[in-house]
Amino acid sequence: MGIIAALAKKELKSYFVSPVAYVLITIFLVLSNWLFFNTYFLDQQASMRLFIARMPWIFLFFIPAITMRVWAEEKKLGTIELLMTLPVKDFQAVLGKFIASFIFLFICIALTISVPITVAVTGAPDWGPIIGGYLGVLLMGAAYLALGLFISSVTENQIVAFIISLMCSFFLLIIGENFVLYSIPEFFVPLFEFLGIGSHFESISRGVIDSRDLIYYFSFIFFFLFMNVKSVESRKW
Amino acid sequence: MIEVKNLSKRYGITQAVRDVSFEVKRGEVLGFLGPNGAGKTTTMKIITCYIPPTDGTVSVAGFDILENPLDVRKRIGYLPESTPLYTDLMVEEYLYFVAQMRQIPISQRQQRIKKIIETCSLKEVLKKDIGQLSKGFKQRVGLAQAMIHDPDILILDEPTSGLDPNQIIEIRQLIKKLGKEKTIILSTHILPEVSATCDRVIIINEGQLVASGTPSELQEQAAGDTILYSSIKALKKDIESVLPTLDFVKEFRLIDTQDSFLRYKIITQKTESDPGEQLFSAAVKNNWILSEIHKENLSMEDIFLKLTS
Ligand SMILES: Nc1ncnc2c1ncn2[C@@H]1O[C@H](COP(=O)(O)OP(=O)(O)O)[C@@H](O)[C@H]1O
Ligand SMILES: [Mg+2]
Repeated sequence: MGIIAALAKKELKSYFVSPVAYVLITIFLVLSNWLFFNTYFLDQQASMRLFIARMPWIFLFFIPAITMRVWAEEKKLGTIELLMTLPVKDFQAVLGKFIASFIFLFICIALTISVPITVAVTGAPDWGPIIGGYLGVLLMGAAYLALGLFISSVTENQIVAFIISLMCSFFLLIIGENFVLYSIPEFFVPLFEFLGIGSHFESISRGVIDSRDLIYYFSFIFFFLFMNVKSVESRKW
Repeated sequence: MIEVKNLSKRYGITQAVRDVSFEVKRGEVLGFLGPNGAGKTTTMKIITCYIPPTDGTVSVAGFDILENPLDVRKRIGYLPESTPLYTDLMVEEYLYFVAQMRQIPISQRQQRIKKIIETCSLKEVLKKDIGQLSKGFKQRVGLAQAMIHDPDILILDEPTSGLDPNQIIEIRQLIKKLGKEKTIILSTHILPEVSATCDRVIIINEGQLVASGTPSELQEQAAGDTILYSSIKALKKDIESVLPTLDFVKEFRLIDTQDSFLRYKIITQKTESDPGEQLFSAAVKNNWILSEIHKENLSMEDIFLKLTS
């Protein structure tokens, strides 16, 4: 087994040995299901639009809770010294942890399968937006994860990591929203629109897969993983 | 096996290590001795490729730490200071993880893990969370992870700190056993550790190398100096004005007072006549009453104190 896989496996195990993970998953599932179903049967629309649309807001809290301990704990316990003196390259360590957190997120999202099943049973949904929506959710989740992991790597304190990640994610989510775009100088509008996570999410979640959105997400993820590598390397400065 | 040349490390304005050079030969157990803050941990972090030096070079088994860090790391087992471990994993899971990260082939993995469990006597705690282990067991898990890939070199940063006397003896015996096959650098700020386990000692203070040699060589270097313990009944200020005038006296210190006898520790230097004789005649001349003259060779401790204060 490769080094990245070995590390990812151990990280994933660390998620599941902690009771916090189960609490987190439960809250995530209850919240996402409840917010959806409490209006679903009234609306009588066989669509997951609302479910998908709320994900960025749920992720705002959920993802920083996943990522906050990953590097911060490693620094606090001092285990980072053991990890980084194993024959592992910095980028392998960063990638291993990212992959583990993504698998964790994937599992959580897979557990919401009850929602599309209900929708399919109670109506005849258009599957395009549902599949697109899930894809968008995964991409956006991965982007938040990369950001959260980077922030976790610059502090020893999990709570600080959580709060800063939440604020940064919030900021990146809203800068593409209309109420922000109206209130800034016109010159910045295209930039903010491009940088905002929200605007890219909307088009994907309508089932429209545009290469510009994909490029945005992949560069976002790459950028923060790169920053994460730099931050792990910063002990060498 | 390990060559450290003109090593320096600065953290911001703190100069943690200055121009340190030494060598460790294959199969040698080197004691790295120095008070807290001397720069031992920093030097070890550099050798294990955790942080780079500000200046100087280190090569391990012929590989440069900056050019071939992965080759260096593969040959080293490292026990960092205060033994950081993943507290939420079971001992078994953790050893398995390290074995994977060390790329031990699957065919040998089980066997290596079994062997290391035996060497470090970990059998009874395999299924326990590392976080629940006693300090002694944690230390053994730390040693186990350092040795799981059977490295030629072990770097152990204060391996016995925080242990109780029995555990200390156990770990020292383990290190001694390992030292027969492996090259080991072991840091400590405790003296007996060095004479108990090491072939050679280097002493570092405020980032600088102040002495190196076998424990007995160091003792010899300082052997010109003996220590004289003497209890004298007289006025303190009289004694302390006369002592400096005697030519055998290098340093002295009042160490005890009992029934108006003042007990002094006098570090001597080589002179024509015997220090005891000189002290005795000085006492007679000044009407002091002597109740003790006791000579001793410098212990490792005195050498250490002398070099680092
Ligand atoms: N990360 C760091 N940042 C700043 N100063 C440090 C750091 N690590 C160690 N030092 C300083 O470097 C000096 C040497 O420390 P260290 O190598 O830990 O000594 P020792 O292990 O011998 O006790 C000390 O003065 C310490 O305060
Ligand atoms: Mg130290």
